[in-house]
Amino acid sequence: MMEGNGSRSGRSEEEVLDAIEERRRRPRRKILDEQITLSHGAGGKSSHDLIEALFLRELRNPLLEPLADSAVIGDGEDRLAFTTDSFVVRPLFFPGGDIGELAVNGTVNDLSMAGARPIALSSGFILEEGMPVADLDRIVSSMARAAEAADVQVATGDTKVVERGKADGLYINTSGVGTIEHTLDLGPGSVRAGDRVIVSGSIGDHGMAIMIARGELALEVELESDTAPLNGLVADLLAATHGVRCLRDPTRGGLATVLAELALSAQLGITIDEASLPIRPEVNGACEILGIDPLYVANEGKLVAIVDPEAEEDALTALRSHPLGADAVTVAEVRPEPPGLVLLETSFGGSRVVDMLAGDPLPRIC
Amino acid sequence: MSTTTGNGGMRFVDEYRSGALAKSLADQIAGLVEPGRHYKFMEVCGGHTHSIYKHGVEDLLPDEIELVHGPGCPVCVIPMGRQDDAISIAERPEVIFTTFGDMMRVPATKGSLLDAKARGADVRMVYSPLDALKIARENPDREVVFFAIGFETTTPSTALTLKRAQAEGIRNFSLFCNHVTIIPAIRAILDSPDLRLDGFIGPGHVSTVIGLRPYRFIARDYGKPVVVSGFEPLDVLQGAYMILRQLREERSEIENQYSRVVREQGNPLALKAIAETMELRTTFEWRGLGFISQSALKLRSEFADWDAEVRYEIPGVRVADPKACQCGEVLKGVIKPWECKVFGTACTPDHPIGTCMVSSEGACAAYYNYGRHAGRRRRETTTA
Repeated sequence: MMEGNGSRSGRSEEEVLDAIEERRRRPRRKILDEQITLSHGAGGKSSHDLIEALFLRELRNPLLEPLADSAVIGDGEDRLAFTTDSFVVRPLFFPGGDIGELAVNGTVNDLSMAGARPIALSSGFILEEGMPVADLDRIVSSMARAAEAADVQVATGDTKVVERGKADGLYINTSGVGTIEHTLDLGPGSVRAGDRVIVSGSIGDHGMAIMIARGELALEVELESDTAPLNGLVADLLAATHGVRCLRDPTRGGLATVLAELALSAQLGITIDEASLPIRPEVNGACEILGIDPLYVANEGKLVAIVDPEAEEDALTALRSHPLGADAVTVAEVRPEPPGLVLLETSFGGSRVVDMLAGDPLPRIC
Repeated sequence: MSTTTGNGGMRFVDEYRSGALAKSLADQIAGLVEPGRHYKFMEVCGGHTHSIYKHGVEDLLPDEIELVHGPGCPVCVIPMGRQDDAISIAERPEVIFTTFGDMMRVPATKGSLLDAKARGADVRMVYSPLDALKIARENPDREVVFFAIGFETTTPSTALTLKRAQAEGIRNFSLFCNHVTIIPAIRAILDSPDLRLDGFIGPGHVSTVIGLRPYRFIARDYGKPVVVSGFEPLDVLQGAYMILRQLREERSEIENQYSRVVREQGNPLALKAIAETMELRTTFEWRGLGFISQSALKLRSEFADWDAEVRYEIPGVRVADPKACQCGEVLKGVIKPWECKVFGTACTPDHPIGTCMVSSEGACAAYYNYGRHAGRRRRETTTA
């Protein structure tokens, strides 16, 4: 039997690891799958490949290319952020919110992550024949409340109805525009080694709340979605410090996927301290039972802020002064090594890699 | 809603993940190692493999100790032909095919169950066979099939589901039974000429069912220590410590690290439920290990009405693994995941070729997803 560093294929472990990282860095040129599966919608590796190898290939332009939460149009202090998001969550109503509130908050948050102040949203409804009007009424009034809370107007909309069985109640698409009233360039390109990674509160609440609300697990856990508009929190953060490098909202694919994408595009390392991760005991317990890692579970009211180490204290103070950031905490540090890779130092005293999600444990959570 | 720092239900788990206890145990392990000797311990169970990589257990072990990953990953050992059979059942229009999530991504000759689902098959993920039975109750006009896989850990819940289906007279439900037994696989590994092992970290959950007696031959006939261990990282570390202590004291015994859960005699009720519903197959194909006699279970003839292999015509064709795939050698512990020719290049978690890259308990997926930097870092620290 072989020992040490030489394998039967003649590659050393070192060479194998290098080949993997090289392959991860290379943009995907063609899509390997023959048909769409649920994995393509999970926000992990397959989604990433679909976007790069198909959407970006065909639609490539300078606005789309950064593949950020929002496209940023214009220069300097006169910039617009523009984004869109579709909502297919099942069930339509869940503890802590519903699809309507989610549709407003999701787009408000995508704009907020560009550091923009949301101005107006569009709302497109695809309704299934037979859907109770009372349910639609509840959903739309919840959208109205969410829009008011986020101080944004639903300025335009569209309605289509499809035959029974062709949609699961309803799907909602929202687009949004916002103005960027500062000169910061928030994005992976601004991230530097030494920066700190802050999350604004407990992770995994939304995804787990949805899973439990489906009632398929026979788990009795009291857990609410964290869906919330983050524009107020972002405004407070940006007013408190100029040291913010990048903002992301860890929705599908969770904190792990967001950090893995950041490390990959910035070609820097990120090291997470497992002991510092804010995870509710209910979420941790449910994840443990289901064999799901809370790092990959979706959030709908949390942000990840990468900040200059000098700005860490100011950023934490600003976030913690806002009700949506009361549990904000530093969870990771950006390091020069290993480029493109997220590591987690376990509470146990070991370490492991944290990569993008492969496969989809939780379909249709937003 | 509670806060993030309250007294949660996870406290008892946290105790088995304590960094301080780990450090002190690691020091004791280092003290027991004979300088210059290389030790190979096999963790039989995929749950251990997962825990080792997820918590970075290898980082706490001295370089002299190598952990070799064993065949105890239920998804990994299902041969491709059985996966083809599963897909052929799933593609029947009357069938709702229910399965654990991991099995959906296992590649077969014509794609995975996930691909079959995308082509129109009604494939649903469940967390337990009882969920599948519930789907059968709720869909009386459909035929619900559960893809039963796993070692003795999951067999009792399949057996109980079967008994419940019988008691309730639920006729639109059946099982595609692929349950396997761990002991013949361990014997196959012990008889394999490729591998020299010093001891076994024995499976924890399987042992809650079968108890400790079935392992005796390993100590008696092969002279290897076995320590049945739990799945928390501290359990695994303690398992390694106990094997080392046996070697140091020149003993080979079956010891129980997981005594908080595992009893000497196992779980007689679970064993009885299995014996009442299932019997040994003459032989069964394991991925990579080939045919092993009396290593798997089928439904007893009294339960033929609930046996998908009886109810449906399945191809039942043996399919060779893809040429490039070395899952078999990985499962036997003969090569490390990264030594496979396609590891990380043609075979990745998002586009797996072999089963070991699919399951979270598979050695390749665990190494790729969690472990692929640790080795490099360890080498850097030792050379620094």
